[in-house]
Amino acid sequence: MAQAIRKKPVSKSVNAAVSARIAAQDHFRTLRLGTPFQPRIDALAKTQDWYNWAGCRAPHSLWDEELEYFAIRSQAALFDISPMTKYRIEGPDAEAFLDRVTLRDVTKLKPGRVHYTAWCDDEGFVLDDGTLFRLSPKRFRLCSQERHLPWLLDSAIGFDVTVEEETEAVAGLALQGPTSFAVLRDAGFAGVEKLKIFDLADFPHDGGTVGISRTGFTGDLGYELFVPADKALSLWDRLMKAGVLRGIRAIGYTALNRARLEAGLIVANADFTTAEHAIRADRLRMPDEIGLGFMIDLEKGHFNGRRAILETRAKRKLRHMLVGLEIEGNIPAEHAIVYHKKSQEVGLVSAAMWSPMAKRNIAIASLARPYGDTMVEDLWVEIYAMRELQYQKLMKRAKVVARPFIKLDRRTANPPADF
Amino acid sequence: MTSSDAIVIGGGHNGLVAAAALARAGRKVLVLEAGSEVGGAARTEEFAPGFRVSSIAHLLNRLHPDVMKTLELDKHGLQFARANFMPSVALSRDGPPLVLHGAYGEVLTGASSSEQSAWKELRAQLLRYAGILKPFLSGRPPDLAGMSLLDTASLGQTALALKKLGKEDMRDFLRVLLMNVADLLDEQLADIRLKGLLAFDATLGSHLGPRSPTSLLGLYYRLAGETGGAAGAQILPQGGMGAVVAAIRASAEKAGVAIRISAPVAKIIVENGRAVGVALDNGKVLHARTIVSAINPATTFLDLVGPREINTGFVRKVKNIRMKGDAAKLNLALDRPPQFTDVDAAGHKGRLVIAPSPDHVERAFNPSKYGEFSPEPVMEVTLPSLADPSLAPSGACVLSAVVQYAPYALKEGWHAGKPKFLKAIMAQLEAYAPGIGKSIVHAELLTPTDIETRYRMPGGHWHHGELQADQMLISRPVSGWSGYDTPLEGLFLAGAGSHPGGGVSGAPGLNAARRIIAMKG
Repeated sequence: MAQAIRKKPVSKSVNAAVSARIAAQDHFRTLRLGTPFQPRIDALAKTQDWYNWAGCRAPHSLWDEELEYFAIRSQAALFDISPMTKYRIEGPDAEAFLDRVTLRDVTKLKPGRVHYTAWCDDEGFVLDDGTLFRLSPKRFRLCSQERHLPWLLDSAIGFDVTVEEETEAVAGLALQGPTSFAVLRDAGFAGVEKLKIFDLADFPHDGGTVGISRTGFTGDLGYELFVPADKALSLWDRLMKAGVLRGIRAIGYTALNRARLEAGLIVANADFTTAEHAIRADRLRMPDEIGLGFMIDLEKGHFNGRRAILETRAKRKLRHMLVGLEIEGNIPAEHAIVYHKKSQEVGLVSAAMWSPMAKRNIAIASLARPYGDTMVEDLWVEIYAMRELQYQKLMKRAKVVARPFIKLDRRTANPPADF
Repeated sequence: MTSSDAIVIGGGHNGLVAAAALARAGRKVLVLEAGSEVGGAARTEEFAPGFRVSSIAHLLNRLHPDVMKTLELDKHGLQFARANFMPSVALSRDGPPLVLHGAYGEVLTGASSSEQSAWKELRAQLLRYAGILKPFLSGRPPDLAGMSLLDTASLGQTALALKKLGKEDMRDFLRVLLMNVADLLDEQLADIRLKGLLAFDATLGSHLGPRSPTSLLGLYYRLAGETGGAAGAQILPQGGMGAVVAAIRASAEKAGVAIRISAPVAKIIVENGRAVGVALDNGKVLHARTIVSAINPATTFLDLVGPREINTGFVRKVKNIRMKGDAAKLNLALDRPPQFTDVDAAGHKGRLVIAPSPDHVERAFNPSKYGEFSPEPVMEVTLPSLADPSLAPSGACVLSAVVQYAPYALKEGWHAGKPKFLKAIMAQLEAYAPGIGKSIVHAELLTPTDIETRYRMPGGHWHHGELQADQMLISRPVSGWSGYDTPLEGLFLAGAGSHPGGGVSGAPGLNAARRIIAMKG
């Protein structure tokens, strides 16, 4: 280092080479990358309320987070999911590979179907959750919050499979809400009415194809669309044009986050800490500890973490429990501490809101077992409500309730309803 | 075919020790050896008509006393007399050699009197410190996750032993523990012949030069071994290393072990996370409650078990085990015994070391970092037929040498490099034993790639994994799984790739058997 800062005579050619190198490395000037939809989103971003999603400039809100939320529930909401990490997994052993990496039985996932799954490290701690799309018998797309390429590549040792990251190459949109089907139909995606929940199919678009699945993160009727990055803008325009009379609106994450909470869905590194992010040993979570135990399939062959998960179950060493809570009153209990008998600290709320759909004050919380598991009575949350520079401390009764907090028939109705 | 309680994969000496110890504890044991005879790299083989030699391991200096005792090897023809302790002769081109007599230089001759007293002090210190490490370098490594009372007690013993050293000595022990051997030698010795010999011994069998950090550990590893109760003592077994294996085999068979040769295992069969048997390469399937793999850990998991049955993190660790051998074995059939300059008859029966200075060893090491062999290699030479005429025709002589450095991944490839390397070795030998070249009847040079193929040792590494600080103790073969058990229930490791490591010690095999017995496997 000392040498690097020492001044020494430098020849002109070296100077030129250095300038060229610096010019070629100006990526740092763009603090947050845009997605393929950025020109359209920027044009709609009235609030200029951005956050960092996996290195991309993503909107918290675009115009009004309340109305954006109601676009999901009453109209059609368009949300850019391009920053979501996407891997293309392909080859004769793709199914066996994913069966070893992920918790659920991939042999039961038929081509043209999607399932929600999760994957663990050797110790059975959750690395991430995500959705697995079976595009064909030998081709999959795995979507997740965090990046996992080294893990997936090392997992591919001994399998005839290729794993490639396609996050930047593939743009994604979520179209969610009661009119979403009608928008797609009016946009000319013939046959989209045949898609049942978790189905996927390819449709022609702009000289290429767009993959449309009946999936989403809202608990509502909705679809997700995946398209090569260079066809992104034409897809956006096609949907926006077709959706004018159906109330289509672009939305930001705050609205989506409310919808997902009503649907009872969890977010990695918000409701639990993923194994590779956790620094403290007690922050690691097994699937059973975050409500994903249902994914574990002991009938199938070996999968990462199997032995550890089995041992922990057998020795009854599970330490945490993720639960849905219904809290009295209407003040959101965001990040409130959960108490037993108003005195013993037993957990923390990771997401909370007043649900306009459920008309209930709802929350997702992580509790220390046996609380939330066998001990569900006499639970309280302490809400610090800031009122003009003063906290009002509210001790409110909390009841463990089932997730999802809302169940909308239109999500699964066949054929999907026209609005 | 009646089934067995335990199947041991690999009839190397560790596999046989594990099998014998398990059989003595009442288990029905079957050993499956891929080759046409047992012994692995510790055989005695005919390499030219009438000439026999220890295949790779040619000196016995660390056969563990517990192995001797448990297997009653003395009753099976293995006995060590003090009179058989071999001297080490540090050759020099500039004058007479320096000789370490008895158990690693109880007496030093050929050096100045001040050097003799300096050596006396250093030797005592090295043995004292090696003694502290000895319990670590023999038993099962401490299980940090689930420390048992026994583990805690043995750690306590070590702490006590450290304390007994006294304050100054304890500090010095901790100071030098991870030092490079060259710096330590420079602190205490002056004679470059003696320093060259010790630098060679510290780095023998590893990809380290004397100035590489932690190279002193290699010397401790050597001195933690003992023969006939004397630390550091070495002998040439009568009949070659094959005789040691024959004694272990006899003990195993007496205990009821069944041995099948030419039976390579193609696959370890896993059902529901548990190893339940093996499939031979002829398709035959054998079942057992316990499967003991006394072969290379990487071969075990990546080839026999396969990555599909184990976790990604574990595969990652196994793939990262460094095991590229850096030593070659030279076997020469000579029509008459060679004459090393200025070496007496007793010296010729000893271990003749060509490592004239630490600088020389370091310079020999340098090219190996870049995929080239040493132009002036260092080596330890034995002439086993002098003490054991059965190994060569009358009047003729066998020369057995371990030669460094010969990197496994030679840049030009060993096909092209081998003749050149042999020439470089012969030039060195000729300089110390003039006329030896003319007496050669047959020369056999085994490079790491030859050793890999012939003895099924990946990388041609006789430790089955570099024996350096990061791959020792609780990190051997991989962190989290150092206690001979594995992520698969019913599958255990028992080879040199496990703690404590290679050399003909039998310690990994015995420790594994003890672990299996303790787990009621």
